[in-house]
Amino acid sequence: MEKYIFYILSVIIVAFALASVSSRKMLRSVIYLLFVLCGIAGFYFLIDYNFLAAVQLTVYAGGIVVLIIFSVLLVHHIEMELEIAKRSKQLLIGLTCLIGLGVFLYTIYNHTFNVIENTNTTTTGDIGSKLLSYETGGFILPFEVISILLLAAMIGSIVIAKGKKLTTRNDEAL
Amino acid sequence: MIIGVSIYELLTVTSIIFFIGVYGFITRKNLISILISIELILNASVINFVVINKYLYPDMLQGVVFSLFIIAVAAAETALAVSIIINLYRQISSVEVKDTEIMKY
Repeated sequence: MEKYIFYILSVIIVAFALASVSSRKMLRSVIYLLFVLCGIAGFYFLIDYNFLAAVQLTVYAGGIVVLIIFSVLLVHHIEMELEIAKRSKQLLIGLTCLIGLGVFLYTIYNHTFNVIENTNTTTTGDIGSKLLSYETGGFILPFEVISILLLAAMIGSIVIAKGKKLTTRNDEAL
Repeated sequence: MIIGVSIYELLTVTSIIFFIGVYGFITRKNLISILISIELILNASVINFVVINKYLYPDMLQGVVFSLFIIAVAAAETALAVSIIINLYRQISSVEVKDTEIMKY
């Protein structure tokens, strides 16, 4: 049963990823990306990492896609079709990507992974105590660093998106 | 792990997603489309982390923790990129790559 769900999900993901990079309508391409992200969350549910699937759905499908849709609506005319690369260029790049994929798959299939059969379930509590532990192998320092990074990115994006308006008003005030 | 699905099939799917992302990154001429392709590439790498953790080292959690970090960095990167695109659109009224010369300075 899980096997068939996996195959259906893979087909959906690959088809929508292809549609997302080849669609000429901007907004449609973002919606196709949303489907890809939801399919990937389905993968995480299948592998039994429920917390990661929830994070994927909230942060990616709920946050990043909405952000990209907003930016599309702000900067783009909906009816406008995207300029597309020349046919010869597309073929050349596609061929290069296929060669790269061939190299990847050749390497993967020639390597023997020593897979450990298991049906462990990881609870959210395990992940939380691992993130906050300060003993050997704990992740408290990267956790704090990532929170600082998020804060800095938030302030930076506000300052950049506000742009000139803010500075001129400040100059006038002075 | 997924019963009946080997690690090879999962890694095949992630490699395909990664190269679709690379294809889109090179062929697209629009900044927002390039951002979408980057999301595809990042997602492929996140699945790889999770799958290798689950199949090869099921008792550890490093893969999960690092995928959380990757997702956080991707969110920060997208927010910054969107703000840069909006600022750029204000100045040159375009988000095409070929018009983007002002960032060189």
